[in-house]
Amino acid sequence: MKFGILVNEGPYTHQASDTAYLFAKAAIEKGHKIHRVFFYHDGVYNSSRLTEPPTDDRHIVNRWQKLGKDHHIDLVVCVAAALRRGIKDENLLEGFRISGLGQLVESGIQSDRLVVFGD
Amino acid sequence: MTEATGGIDREEDTSGKVKKFLYVNRKAPYGTIYALESLEVVLITAAFDQDVSVAFLDDGVYQVVKGQHTKGIDVKNFSPTYRALEGYDIEKLYVEKESMETRGLKESDFIVPVKVIGAQEMADIMQSQDVIMSF
Repeated sequence: MKFGILVNEGPYTHQASDTAYLFAKAAIEKGHKIHRVFFYHDGVYNSSRLTEPPTDDRHIVNRWQKLGKDHHIDLVVCVAAALRRGIKDENLLEGFRISGLGQLVESGIQSDRLVVFGD
Repeated sequence: MTEATGGIDREEDTSGKVKKFLYVNRKAPYGTIYALESLEVVLITAAFDQDVSVAFLDDGVYQVVKGQHTKGIDVKNFSPTYRALEGYDIEKLYVEKESMETRGLKESDFIVPVKVIGAQEMADIMQSQDVIMSF
């Protein structure tokens, strides 16, 4: 099955991003395809390359980057939500890209299931 | 990608494919940004010529209540935008009856024409959708 994923919360404060990541990983292991992860609302913070958690904790941002790279997942950050929160190309981690909400709608159209992770 | 269109960027061909999208709004219009950013997705979806419905449940029913005054909290009152939905052919607006009544609201309190439906009918509508996004 082809999944689209929507992440609506930022890292660490909420579990949404962790759950989305674990879901994506599990789905891939089962042979499903994740074609895009769309980051919206505070979810855009999942793409900041300035993120530095304590070394004994999971690195949520780098973890998304690696999953994206390993499995060719399109990691898209909403432009309007990002600009509102100070996420720009200069602090965006490589592997993510900033684009419009149309990418979310398109993901809804093209995937078999769009799974929403939020508060 | 342009700001004017909310960054619509059609890289892949989705032409002709129409799905049923339902946006479920459960949160109050102010206090968090969910309602405003949900409305932004609703408008973009209409630009993709999809079959869009919007539902208001729980505190989400306050999003479409008439007479919102936000000057005191220095936040933009975006409720007039709901009136613009009709211009985008988004006319399927549902308010859950139980949520409305619990909050002492009635059908004439809303800024736009909405269909007031019970929880069971809301469940049936959700069942019939292809894509549901909950904010």
